[in-house]
Amino acid sequence: MTAHAKPLATTRSVAGMPTPRLAIWWVISSEIVIFGGLLTAYILYRLAHDAYSADSAHTNQYIGGFNTLVLLTSSLSAVLAHKAAEHGDGKQAAKLLLLTCLGGLVFLAVKSVEWSIEISHGYTLTASPFWSFYYTAAGIHASHVVAGVIIMAIVARDAARGRELHRVEIIGLYWHFVDVVWIFLFPLLYIAK
Amino acid sequence: MIESHLPAVSTYAKDIDSLILLIGVLVGFWFFVCQGMFFWLMFKFRAREGHRTTYVTGEEKELARWVHIPHYLVLVCDLFIIVGAVRVWYDVKQNLPEPDATVRVIGQQWAWTFVQPGPDGQLDTPDDIRTVDNLHIEVGKTYHYKLESKDVLHNFSVPVFRLKQDAVPGRVITGWFEATRTGEFDIQCAEICGIGHGIMKGRIKIQSPEEHSAWMAQNSTPAIATASAE
Amino acid sequence: MAQSAQTVPHGGHEHHESHGLSYYLFPLDHKIIGMQYLFTGMFMALIGGFFAYAFRMQLAFPGMSVPFFGVVSAGEYNSLVTNHGSIMIFWVAMPVLIAAFGNFLIPLMIGCDDMVFPKVNRLSYQIFLLSVIVLITSFFVPGGGFGGAWTAYPPLSANAQYSLTPLGSTLWLTAVALEFVAFLLGGINFVTTVMNSRAPGMKLYDIPIVVWMIVIASILFTASVGPLIAGAVMLFMDQVVGTQFYDPAAGGDPVLWQHLFWFFGHPEVYVVLLPAMGITADVMVTFARKKLFAYRTVLYTAVGTGVLSFTVWAHHQFIAGIDPRMANVFTITTLLISIPIAEMCFVYIATLYGGSITFKTPMLWALAFVAEFLIGGVTGIFLGASGADIYFHDTYFVLAHFHYTFFPIAIIAVYAGLTYWFPKMFGRMMNDTLGKIHFWGTIIPFNMIFLPLFLLGAWGQHRRIYSYQNFPELAGDTMQNLRILATLSLVTMLLFQLVFLYNFFRSMFKGEKAGKNPWRATTLEWTTESPPGHGNWKEMPTVYRGPYEYGTPGRDQDFWPQNEPS
Repeated sequence: MTAHAKPLATTRSVAGMPTPRLAIWWVISSEIVIFGGLLTAYILYRLAHDAYSADSAHTNQYIGGFNTLVLLTSSLSAVLAHKAAEHGDGKQAAKLLLLTCLGGLVFLAVKSVEWSIEISHGYTLTASPFWSFYYTAAGIHASHVVAGVIIMAIVARDAARGRELHRVEIIGLYWHFVDVVWIFLFPLLYIAK
Repeated sequence: MIESHLPAVSTYAKDIDSLILLIGVLVGFWFFVCQGMFFWLMFKFRAREGHRTTYVTGEEKELARWVHIPHYLVLVCDLFIIVGAVRVWYDVKQNLPEPDATVRVIGQQWAWTFVQPGPDGQLDTPDDIRTVDNLHIEVGKTYHYKLESKDVLHNFSVPVFRLKQDAVPGRVITGWFEATRTGEFDIQCAEICGIGHGIMKGRIKIQSPEEHSAWMAQNSTPAIATASAE
Repeated sequence: MAQSAQTVPHGGHEHHESHGLSYYLFPLDHKIIGMQYLFTGMFMALIGGFFAYAFRMQLAFPGMSVPFFGVVSAGEYNSLVTNHGSIMIFWVAMPVLIAAFGNFLIPLMIGCDDMVFPKVNRLSYQIFLLSVIVLITSFFVPGGGFGGAWTAYPPLSANAQYSLTPLGSTLWLTAVALEFVAFLLGGINFVTTVMNSRAPGMKLYDIPIVVWMIVIASILFTASVGPLIAGAVMLFMDQVVGTQFYDPAAGGDPVLWQHLFWFFGHPEVYVVLLPAMGITADVMVTFARKKLFAYRTVLYTAVGTGVLSFTVWAHHQFIAGIDPRMANVFTITTLLISIPIAEMCFVYIATLYGGSITFKTPMLWALAFVAEFLIGGVTGIFLGASGADIYFHDTYFVLAHFHYTFFPIAIIAVYAGLTYWFPKMFGRMMNDTLGKIHFWGTIIPFNMIFLPLFLLGAWGQHRRIYSYQNFPELAGDTMQNLRILATLSLVTMLLFQLVFLYNFFRSMFKGEKAGKNPWRATTLEWTTESPPGHGNWKEMPTVYRGPYEYGTPGRDQDFWPQNEPS
């Protein structure tokens, strides 16, 4: 590829916060408004129509709960990876990141089993507005999980060679955000009856 | 400005026209003051030999007030406009007077259907009169309209009434009008509704009481009318 | 990929490096990316202008075969107006005002060598280019381009059985969504670069107004577009998969889209307005040789406008079936937004006070921006007042109003910026006489297009109708003559743009050499070569003062560059 010299711009830090961290907060805030819009629409619809409760009774709280646990745990290993990276231990950070990746993969696997069961029961994307929201919201979230896992694997590969260790923190922040979105989705889609 | 070209034919049309005039006067004043000042400054401070600019930051008190004082005056004008707008709005859209009759207005791609009560004065009875694209109403009577749509958004617009209201599928929206004189005027669809939007036109025929009862007698099926009267 | 040309180290090089083709095709340099946005935007403006020509000809001479287009059918008419609006806002105003000027100016004006994420920057342009390709494809698919207005209200936009453009609607929506993604990515660079990479010594109040405005606009865009992206996903699923988010028969609600759309759509007006006002400010101070009147006030009012702009969206929906009581709330918030905007206009007018004004082409454009935008501003009050909007909603009065805001924004301010920074972009001067011919040839016809449309709107002419011959109240000769006047003015105005294109491309190669600082301006971009080489400066600048020190007492020169030690 290229040996592009890094611009001087990237080395400055006038606001006192490293540029990558600023940028990831920017990404997270733009994502917050996207999910915010979707969930606000869902809540408004749900308040206006009783049919949603009947539909949401058919979701499986246990599977959802298990997935919540998996994601929360994976966030913990992301924190530990950040700690390791701060101490300059790239190998340890990479291991912990891969563990986080594993959490994400388990989440996705469980999700696909859960969806297969639901679809086989006739609760498809177009079955009712609730199920449309259910698949849309969880689907957008799952696509973030997929993206997170892929990026994390790349960051882990670099970290294992001791390169770009600051990225461990950045991907961790993103992962926490994906986690927090799920914390909102879980009660809204599974628990609220 | 509007009435010279388009008569005002509903009880609230004149209120809306006056509100527009009020806004026109207030913003027109500010518009000409601003433009006048702008062009005067442009002329007065054009570059001339040996002339050097005055160094001001705009934060000096005696200069800043030239911006701040007009600014508060604009706020006062805003208040007048808000009060005027809300009053007109309240009369037209919020506070519906008791109706003498109710008419159902149904928009669909690309025609208007009007359902009026027959001689029994009730909607949804067999003697209802259905018309397409032509709405016959009586002058001086307060009508409620129940606006519906069968497919996409439409907008029930009667320019001479100064009235517009969107028709939203899945909802029934109620509003009112009272015509002040007889005549025949346009009904337009004022919300894009597909390729036939440009031909979705109707006519409103405002009739005198005599004309209107004659029209009604002609159009309601006598057999059904008697049947429902028994 | 061979990108060896980019390995040229910073500093100590001539700015006439020879660049390989890939430098221009896959650039990382902010200036080249800015140019890519600029030229793509100009190309799209030609398409948007051609669409306007086609449908205006149909309105003036209904049923006639329009030269270079043919007979305009009702479906084509809808598609033309829809895509004219979409293109001018999403593919002209946004890329030129924010992306082109933002990319070109931000590093140059804050004194650094590039954006902080050059690769994200390049990706942003590539996604934008993809959106352009998808949009253009949508004109040629079976069924034709999308014709449900740029607001894309469902159910018309959601159901192919209503719109009759199954592919056109979906491609249009995809293109808009891609464009949003491109600008979200671009915003990352604008905001982080300005926050973190300013030259040593440049404090917050030393940043030129145009940079501030682009940053505030990026923040507004990001904060407002999210819900619409979610809404667009829902609309896309309604179109393609058959969900019923906006279908009332299944418990959906078409009005939800309107809220999501205008929650974005109104701030979007300020997203493009603020950079335009920033450009105007920078041009005005240079040619008036004046400090900007009350720099901080301008900044605060811009932020105030931005915050308020999130509270006014439903004034587009007064009669759309929302609770009538809500209209009162939105009337109040809408009229309140006139306070910061009026303040901003007063400040711009006051900037001229005590100046020494030379009327070069860029200055003419900047002054015209203020004068014309005032018309757009005051006519907005009629529409923000709920009672008057009952009548004006969806008439040509609305159309004329927003063209008096968007035309100054997307065309007049852009010409101000282009003619002003042209020497910096290409190292040569544009011809001032041709510039003035182009200016008057644009401004006079512009007013002759839209002033008649105010009148037509006031007389009840409603929008998006391909022929008024069907409406007895609108078919009269007086109104038809006004339509013809507007159309002929439009054709005149479009022809005068050829003068600009000639001047622009001729000056690029044959213009007089500009030198570093032809306008004797104070901001940092004028302290480097024209055009700046890769890395922008041989020696990075340090900032000692605010951006607009003109006519400072006790100095021989009437301008004091930001980087000159005292």
